[in-house]
Amino acid sequence: MALDRWIALILLLICTAYAYTAFFTMDANLAPFMRRTPIWPSTFPKVLSVMAIIACLSVLLGFEKSGGPKDGEIDYTRLTDYKLGQALFLLGLMVAYALLLRPLGFLLATGSFLIFGALLLGERRYVTLIAVAVVAAGSVWYLVQEVLGIFLSPWPMMMGG
Amino acid sequence: MLEGLMIGLETAFSIKNILIVVGGCLIGTFIGMLPGLGPMSIIAIMIPVAISIGDASTALILLAGVYYGAIFGGSTSSILINAPGVASTVATSFDGYPLTRQGKAGKALTVAAVSSFAGGTIGAILLLFFAPALASVALLFNSPEYFGLMVVGLSAIAAFAGTGQISKALLMTVIGLMLATIGEGALFNAPRFTMGLMDLQSGLGFITLAMAMFALPEAIYLVLDPGRSKTEGGSNEIKDLRITRTEARQIAPVIGRQSIQGFLIGVLPGAGATIASFLGYAVERNIAPKEEQDQFGKGSLKGLAAPESANNAACTGSFVPLLTLGIPGSGTTAILLGALIALNVSPGPRLMIDEPQIFWAVIISMYLGNLILLILNLPLIPYIAKVLAVPRTFLIPFILFFTLMGAYIGQNNATELLLLVGLGVCATILRFADYPLAPLLIGFILGPMLENNFSRSMQLYDGFSFIYERPMTLGLLIFALFLIVLPSYRARRARLRAEGVADGD
Repeated sequence: MALDRWIALILLLICTAYAYTAFFTMDANLAPFMRRTPIWPSTFPKVLSVMAIIACLSVLLGFEKSGGPKDGEIDYTRLTDYKLGQALFLLGLMVAYALLLRPLGFLLATGSFLIFGALLLGERRYVTLIAVAVVAAGSVWYLVQEVLGIFLSPWPMMMGG
Repeated sequence: MLEGLMIGLETAFSIKNILIVVGGCLIGTFIGMLPGLGPMSIIAIMIPVAISIGDASTALILLAGVYYGAIFGGSTSSILINAPGVASTVATSFDGYPLTRQGKAGKALTVAAVSSFAGGTIGAILLLFFAPALASVALLFNSPEYFGLMVVGLSAIAAFAGTGQISKALLMTVIGLMLATIGEGALFNAPRFTMGLMDLQSGLGFITLAMAMFALPEAIYLVLDPGRSKTEGGSNEIKDLRITRTEARQIAPVIGRQSIQGFLIGVLPGAGATIASFLGYAVERNIAPKEEQDQFGKGSLKGLAAPESANNAACTGSFVPLLTLGIPGSGTTAILLGALIALNVSPGPRLMIDEPQIFWAVIISMYLGNLILLILNLPLIPYIAKVLAVPRTFLIPFILFFTLMGAYIGQNNATELLLLVGLGVCATILRFADYPLAPLLIGFILGPMLENNFSRSMQLYDGFSFIYERPMTLGLLIFALFLIVLPSYRARRARLRAEGVADGD
């Protein structure tokens, strides 16, 4: 089975769970006066879930032929031929950034994200790299915090940032 | 009217006000380039500055400059790095980014600037003449009609996104609508589908989803396949800045049509620039000749000009209900309404009579803002496009960082970043399997509006009867069905004919 039909199968399961919630569990706590109105919080989701299940089935059962691989797209059957490792590491780095942004503070987290990201992609001009990262982190922080007035804690948590 | 026009010209063309417009346009353009900060947030940020100016006309002129600058800045990030920071520029990235990949970033930005200018200008002229009359037409649109209009918009998008594979596109649209139901809706005070998680209470953020659907998969593709970083021409030189005469002739009718259509959609309260840009794109694609139709989504200048002129014209159009009825038609105009009230101006039917200098100054300053934006940005385009000449070892971490920042600034919540990465991975896998991602995002954007109008119609008509009791709604819904059925019927017939199995007619 091709990838797009596997995805349709997974989406079908998700949509079924969504439909189950909309049809059977969501209205349990509905206030009595709400029950008399023609529209419930679950009405729109019910309509959607039916449409979604029909669309899933239509893809899954292959009513329409899918086109061949397109130019410029990535052939997922040969994923290991690409730089998969780098991509996964960068995703990992983004997760690390998300988790460390608060504890490390914006400046440190952003600076190291930019440095490690570029190193991973093969950048070896260390001085330029560090300078760019420091300037970028600093100026974005200044713009967001000082100019726009959106709070962004700059320093690690233990330093009161 | 001429008298009013003169007052407006006099106010807008003072040295101080021209400087203010220039400043506003520059601020708007640069901040608008950061994904996550759309016109709405930038105007909100600029309000204290505007109020401290004191003079209502000057303050509005500043805000108008910022507004137009921000819209153009948003298009820039859509075109250059496929990161639409604002809903109304999502359609810009459909053809803008492919053009960048072909090494025509300069040309794409020029077309965007020119179309925005034309859209804004035509919009301002229409506003000048038709504002009072249009306000009464907009009142004819009620919830059922809005519901119908949005269904048409969604079907048009699904129909063009999934050429030959309409069920995938429809599935993505419905998934987008389903994602929009997560969190607390406006009409019901109950959280839905949050699975008990506090972080989902307020729903998914638009920026998070936009970055996850477009920018992140593109960045992952750039990492996976280093050859992609080079544009298809092989070099990253910025060339082809000029629009040739043939191209100008090609896009001129598109700009004309979409400026008018965009303006009319903008006049409807609640519809706004986003729907105008999507509908504009879909309409132009459908009426284009067959060979040009295939170019849409692969770098068609028409496909870029359509949403750009439509969204700017719609922004201008959205001032009609604001200035004549006092009803803000979009988030941005709602914030402007707040600013107006803070400046002791109350928009409404009396504004034109009581304070003509403000009404006319706003219109003239819109025109001026557009003109100045064009003059400022055309020479800047080669420098803006230089972003692409940054080596990929720097460019990719920066793109990733800006997507993260966009999601973070909006919500100030680190969980949002994890959500971004997770959704981004899902989006990449969907893209591997050739699922179109644009309908998902559009479904998500229109979802809350669609549901609110649906719910209101249900309440007004005590059930589904609004579908057949309102002729305009019924007409729109039938049109939507037609949009979906026709392409798949055509594709099916073409396939059968290609196989030589049947040709019944």
